[in-house]
Amino acid sequence: MAECHPVGFQWVMEAKARGATVIHIDPRFTRTSAVADAHVPLRAGSDIAFLGGLINYVLESGKYFKDYVLAYTNAATIVTEDFADAGDDGLFSGFDPDHRTYDVRAWQYEGTEVQAASGERDELYDDRARMEQVRAAGRGEAHGSGGAHVEPAPSDPTLAHPRCVFQILKRHFARYTPEMVERVCGIPRSDFRGIAEAITANSGRDRTTVFVYSVGWTQHTVGVQYIRTASILQSLLGNIGRPGGGILALRGHASIQGSTDIPTLFDLLPGYIPMPHAHSNENLNAFVAAEGTDKGYWAELRSYLVSLLKSWWGPAATAENDYCFDYLPRLTGSHSTYETVMAQIAGDCRGYFLLGENPAVGSANARLQRRGLASLDWLVVRDFSLIESATFWKDGPEISTGEMRTEDIGTEVFFLPAAAHTEKSGSFTNTQRLLQWHHEAVEPPGDARSELWFTYHLGRRVREKLAGSADDRDRPLHDLTWDYPVSGSHDEPSAEAVLAEINGRDGSGAPVKSYTQLRDDGSTSCGCWIYAGVYADGVNQAARRTPGKEQDWVAPAWGWAWPANRRILYNRASADPSGRPWSSRKAYVWWDASRGGWTGHDIPDFAVDKPPDYVPDDDATGAAALSGTDAFIMQADGKAWLYAPAGLLDGPLPAHYEPQDSPVPNLLHSQQRNPVRQVAPFAHPDNRLQPSAAEPGSEVFGYVATTYRLTEHHTAGGMSRWLPYLAELQPSFFCEISPELAAERGLEHLGWATIATARNVIEARVLVTRRLRPLTVDGKVIHQVGLPYHWGPNGRSTGDAANELAAVSLDPNVHIQEVKAFACDIRPGRRPAGPARLALVRDYQRRAGITERTGMEP
Amino acid sequence: MTQRMGFFTDTSVCIGCKACEVACKEWNGVPSSDGRDLLGLSYDNTGGLGADTWRHVAFIEQEVPAGTTGDGGMRWLMSSDVCKHCTNAACLDVCPTGALFRTEFGTVVVQEDICNGCGYCVPACPYGVIDRREDDGRAWKCTMCYDRLGDGLEPACAKACPTDSIQYGPLDELRERAAERVEAVPGARLYGDDPSDGVGGDGAFFLLLDEPEVYGLPPDPVVTTRDLPSMWRHVGAAACVMAAVAAAAFTRSKP
Repeated sequence: MAECHPVGFQWVMEAKARGATVIHIDPRFTRTSAVADAHVPLRAGSDIAFLGGLINYVLESGKYFKDYVLAYTNAATIVTEDFADAGDDGLFSGFDPDHRTYDVRAWQYEGTEVQAASGERDELYDDRARMEQVRAAGRGEAHGSGGAHVEPAPSDPTLAHPRCVFQILKRHFARYTPEMVERVCGIPRSDFRGIAEAITANSGRDRTTVFVYSVGWTQHTVGVQYIRTASILQSLLGNIGRPGGGILALRGHASIQGSTDIPTLFDLLPGYIPMPHAHSNENLNAFVAAEGTDKGYWAELRSYLVSLLKSWWGPAATAENDYCFDYLPRLTGSHSTYETVMAQIAGDCRGYFLLGENPAVGSANARLQRRGLASLDWLVVRDFSLIESATFWKDGPEISTGEMRTEDIGTEVFFLPAAAHTEKSGSFTNTQRLLQWHHEAVEPPGDARSELWFTYHLGRRVREKLAGSADDRDRPLHDLTWDYPVSGSHDEPSAEAVLAEINGRDGSGAPVKSYTQLRDDGSTSCGCWIYAGVYADGVNQAARRTPGKEQDWVAPAWGWAWPANRRILYNRASADPSGRPWSSRKAYVWWDASRGGWTGHDIPDFAVDKPPDYVPDDDATGAAALSGTDAFIMQADGKAWLYAPAGLLDGPLPAHYEPQDSPVPNLLHSQQRNPVRQVAPFAHPDNRLQPSAAEPGSEVFGYVATTYRLTEHHTAGGMSRWLPYLAELQPSFFCEISPELAAERGLEHLGWATIATARNVIEARVLVTRRLRPLTVDGKVIHQVGLPYHWGPNGRSTGDAANELAAVSLDPNVHIQEVKAFACDIRPGRRPAGPARLALVRDYQRRAGITERTGMEP
Repeated sequence: MTQRMGFFTDTSVCIGCKACEVACKEWNGVPSSDGRDLLGLSYDNTGGLGADTWRHVAFIEQEVPAGTTGDGGMRWLMSSDVCKHCTNAACLDVCPTGALFRTEFGTVVVQEDICNGCGYCVPACPYGVIDRREDDGRAWKCTMCYDRLGDGLEPACAKACPTDSIQYGPLDELRERAAERVEAVPGARLYGDDPSDGVGGDGAFFLLLDEPEVYGLPPDPVVTTRDLPSMWRHVGAAACVMAAVAAAAFTRSKP
């Protein structure tokens, strides 16, 4: 965190100054480790085994927060008899090896189907829409019909029922012993015990522990399950919904949180409303029935969606035309960035916008990325400088290897300079869902323009060009509300007008104060329901900057946090079931019986007048169906999910699987890799996978590589490698290795190393450092190679791109690439240039016996 | 003079982000050092203070006994170095043009429009801080952002420091704060805080976690002009003797 989020890290230092213990768990000793109370290195790619070990410790030692677990989690809920845990083989019930999918009905609660509040919500579309099975290409569907989903599942508050979640959890994690953690992760038992004791001693009524993670957890073929494991642990310890608790996801860029809230993701609409899949005869009601919940605030999905459609299509959206629901595109499968690259290579995707993104350096398998770009008809690059993704056609690595010739590349590249954040107004949404407004200080120079300018004027011009069209398919564009005031010499659209539109308006046109005002009858509009209130009273709430010392410690008047300016989600859980704070030290939100309402330091994340002893009627739905103790109000059953009966494609519980390319066998299950990871769509000669563990040829790639960032540079370098003051601080690409690995491979400090995988070979200067340590994994020494990934051939600070080495092998839930752990070889000297570079890659493939089938099995 | 202002750099909370280096260069328009190569000094590719580096973060990787920090034998020290703004500043003493002067904040600043590039100040500095720029030959160093202080702003490096490792304020207050801090941090020691040291105490002083030499700081700096008065006295005496001898020679040559 100190390395990549130094500004946010000031709060960790402040916590430390106030007595917090900081434990850093990371393959490398980083700037964070330097100021942590303890640094514990582990093998990259083994975190589920580590966190699973902690869960096992908590369950075995009885150190979970019993009252919290019973009241607020689904520990007592009984699971269907059809569920079979991932035992020695590592496969859960419902696995279909032919299609590499799970049938999630095999994981449901007994006698009922619940809908997930996030993740994959289309899995049971047909069951839930009660429609005939339709042919559709989306993931996780086609499950037949039938199945009721209104009855609450049976539960056993004694937690003794063999099929209750608690007992399933205990059995599932029983194999994650301290001995196993040591063997899999390389963390000595004594260190593991120290961490386990520290975390449990610091959790409970009086104390809370927080987990902070970054893409080191997410960028794996089991990335989502990493986070699930942490969620289970934090729920067992009672660390969710309470001050000083939670799981904080540090994002990779400014406002990446914002770009999932109002998404740049293919499968989401604003406010985490799922993007509709292509189903026959699907209308608004069918969609809402299938994707919404019966209980909790997702039961209001129709209000959120209709208000969104009204925001986009205004008066054209009417009850008669389903509020233009059919204007929304439909998913026909996964259209993630990596599938799009394959579609480019296949010739299906002909044009591409790159807005502040440099895939030729920053995405897994950079060569595959460039091959995609080179297959396009046109490419628009908007960035500060001529990044590698804009110049691959004349000086990319494939030009020098002879794989591509400039004259053969038909891609027409449009480079449009981008404005910096100081040259435009807008908001950043950070990891704590906090929106902070920034104001334009100066107009952008020359041809540089903001994204808002580009998007608005592009849309305006397209609409003008289509003005005479009577084609039905152009109707969504004609009907779009696309009218924002402009100002300045560039006709910059008003960012605040966009914010007001996102906030939404009530029937009278006044800004709404809360999403609870949104209606499903077309009388309200809202561009993103969770942002409702950011422009309450016609005031830009995100621009508030009352200093911390002028307000209380929750600081509600600094910026604005979604939803409803609430700083901690699910904060009903900060009080016990009867509404009293768990302890005075951790008091946050509580029930005030004298006033008959919830009150406290933050805005209660609960119906403010619903008493703790409230029991809903049997036929209640939506928010009214939540009891006075259903703290997790977005969940279909009001509970934190220790066990996820829906929403995930690769198991209701996390299981440790090895990375796609790993020198280590899976010691916990015979299943080596995540059986439903996405690899099949990316079969390509440039994306060969490697033999793992005991498979013949795996010894060719005997080391574990992990990629990461340095403080001095920003992601793929577009914002730092061209800036002299930053470039000089880390003037070239390097790799980091231990003295032991240097000795084993004859590598010299400041000399050159060649690093190889089945995809490519790169060269890097060598930093020999004790900050990387060999680990003993299952009795064998494992060396790790650290690869900061900022570099490419352009700019003032240059070098090979670490992502040349990574394979496209993805997490099935969110389609993220595995770049945080993969097997490689390293040897002294520079890599060959020209065609000899390719020959070396082929030589590695030959030596490892790699074919198109290697590493592809489920 | 108004209150003497200074820096207290608490290296125990430095995270090595180098924001101080960048903020300093941005505010003061210090040229970049293009063409740098990897130095191999951990994450330090700046090397040291100079004409074009007025803040420099040192990174020191140390092996320590296992269990000391819970990490099995590794410690990574980071420290942001800067001009010390000495109480007795030799650079200022030797400057023949008056380009170097002591400000109303007690800091030592080079006036770039007066400096003639004689370079006397460079060997005079006991810390090796002040340095001549190769292209114009003039001497450059930290000004403690003299152009900000007058407007009540803190220096750019202190402003940018996310963990308050660099603290700016009245020197008396900083010394009090440092005295408390050194009690609280195991293994901590102060460097340059003592007005009775060889430079009369530094306007920019440090809390270190190891010996000064580990950070590239002289253990016992002495103002290089300390002996000048007695040297001049000796020179004067010698000159008198010489004159007397010469005079005597003429006297004797008289017939």
